[in-house]
Amino acid sequence: MEYLIHLLILIGIYGILGLSLNLIVGYTGLLSVTQAAFYGIGAYATAILMTALGFNFFSALLIGVLITVLASFLIGFVLSKFRGDYYALGSFGFNIIIFSIFLNWQDLTRGPLGIPGIKRPELFGLNLTSNLSFLILVVIFLILVYLLSRFIINSSFGRALKAIREDEEALQIFGYHTLYYKLAIFVIGAGLAAVAGSLFASYITFVDPSSFTLMESIFILAVIILGGLANLKGSILGAVFMILLPEILRFVGFPNEIAAQMRQVVYGLILIILMLYRPQGLVGEYRL
Amino acid sequence: MKILETKNLTKHFNGVHAVNNLSVKFESGKITGIIGPNGSGKSTLVNLLSGFISIDEGVVVVSESKSFSKIKPYEISFYGITRTFQNIRLFEQMSVLDNILVVLTERRFLSALFEKHGEYHLKKAEEVLTKVGLWGKRHDLAINLSYGQRKLLEIARAMAMEAEIYLLDEPFAGLFPEMVKIISSVIKELKTKGKTIILIEHNMALIRELSDYVFVMDSGSLLAEGEPNAVLSKREVIEAYLGE
Repeated sequence: MEYLIHLLILIGIYGILGLSLNLIVGYTGLLSVTQAAFYGIGAYATAILMTALGFNFFSALLIGVLITVLASFLIGFVLSKFRGDYYALGSFGFNIIIFSIFLNWQDLTRGPLGIPGIKRPELFGLNLTSNLSFLILVVIFLILVYLLSRFIINSSFGRALKAIREDEEALQIFGYHTLYYKLAIFVIGAGLAAVAGSLFASYITFVDPSSFTLMESIFILAVIILGGLANLKGSILGAVFMILLPEILRFVGFPNEIAAQMRQVVYGLILIILMLYRPQGLVGEYRL
Repeated sequence: MKILETKNLTKHFNGVHAVNNLSVKFESGKITGIIGPNGSGKSTLVNLLSGFISIDEGVVVVSESKSFSKIKPYEISFYGITRTFQNIRLFEQMSVLDNILVVLTERRFLSALFEKHGEYHLKKAEEVLTKVGLWGKRHDLAINLSYGQRKLLEIARAMAMEAEIYLLDEPFAGLFPEMVKIISSVIKELKTKGKTIILIEHNMALIRELSDYVFVMDSGSLLAEGEPNAVLSKREVIEAYLGE
């Protein structure tokens, strides 16, 4: 049961990450590979504020989101100068820079040693130490992020985001200063990723740079491409698929000496086959 | 009243004069046809007027007190200008209705965030789409429309803008007579509303039918100008344009 709850918590956290990135990639067409950096800033901010400064989880989360919003504003402003593949490469670079900061600013982040001893959240004197109570908290945040994302994409603002994805120059003809739109959704998406980061830090009770590498950004991108771009449910479905698939492969019964490697190979193969036969993802409405 | 005038407008591409020292005045509330052989600079002119490419020299005058020599595409609507494209540019993976609503709704992102497409916008979209016969297709994705319907949608999208100056780049290209008739009536209706229309077109019959005045371009310069029948019968125009 604990194992299942653990997987559900991870699905919830990656569901939030998927929703946050789908706003940027799926709805606005900005191929960003920086989401793990914002996830990391949220996680580190929570970790530092809770362990070194004694903040409670919810205020640490809020400040973590604010710090991420500021960082993403600067990064998003620079990235808004790029288009298409260059945007992806630029965002790639920013993920590496942020990762390097996590790794090398030892006075703040303790570098590769990471930050242990992060507490679980406390709410009205109730300590959410059990995984089940933490799962409930994650589900509440997942629902809130889902509702916020739905509100955004159903608004006129959301419609303009889709039009940017389709033809940014053509939209500008109608008086849209698209840079502000792109920057706004990038910052919103980053802030939501920071929420996932705070939850992750408090759940695992430890953060180190290895959780926020470029590979993690690619993993989050895979979550939304597999689940479905420009589809909110697809973001969550993608998280379910990407978290559960390797776990299911544990029960396949590969010989012990090559089990780990075989699981990776089969995992990769399934992803390739899915992309060949279902390029729009499981429930996607848009193809890159 | 908006005016549109170019003064010594120039654009080079790698030493080639795409538009060369062009000074023309488009009369307000009239349809001005622009004709000329391929590569004569017609579309470059529209791209310069709409901020899609930068102006090398010269200015564009848009009212008695306003002119620009630098402009971004998102700024042209402030001058009451809108345009269509030679190669259709729709928001392909959006519904026909959303292609219109995006033009009608709020531009400032905070206001847009809290605005839904209310009754007013829907009614306006219905009006515009009905005019081009696409209301029944409002839930279809733009990408799934036929070529002619896509042309109509692009015109409808420009109409929804309620601009003062319309730059229409070959709106009739490749259309069936029935659709030519619809777009033709839309352009005439815009004129009756006092809009200024700049029409790039290769179909001389349509130029004669719709235009009040015609500019003929060749190699980025003005070759001739005047009323359609007079201009189209000039020897130099026939030679340059029809190669006769």
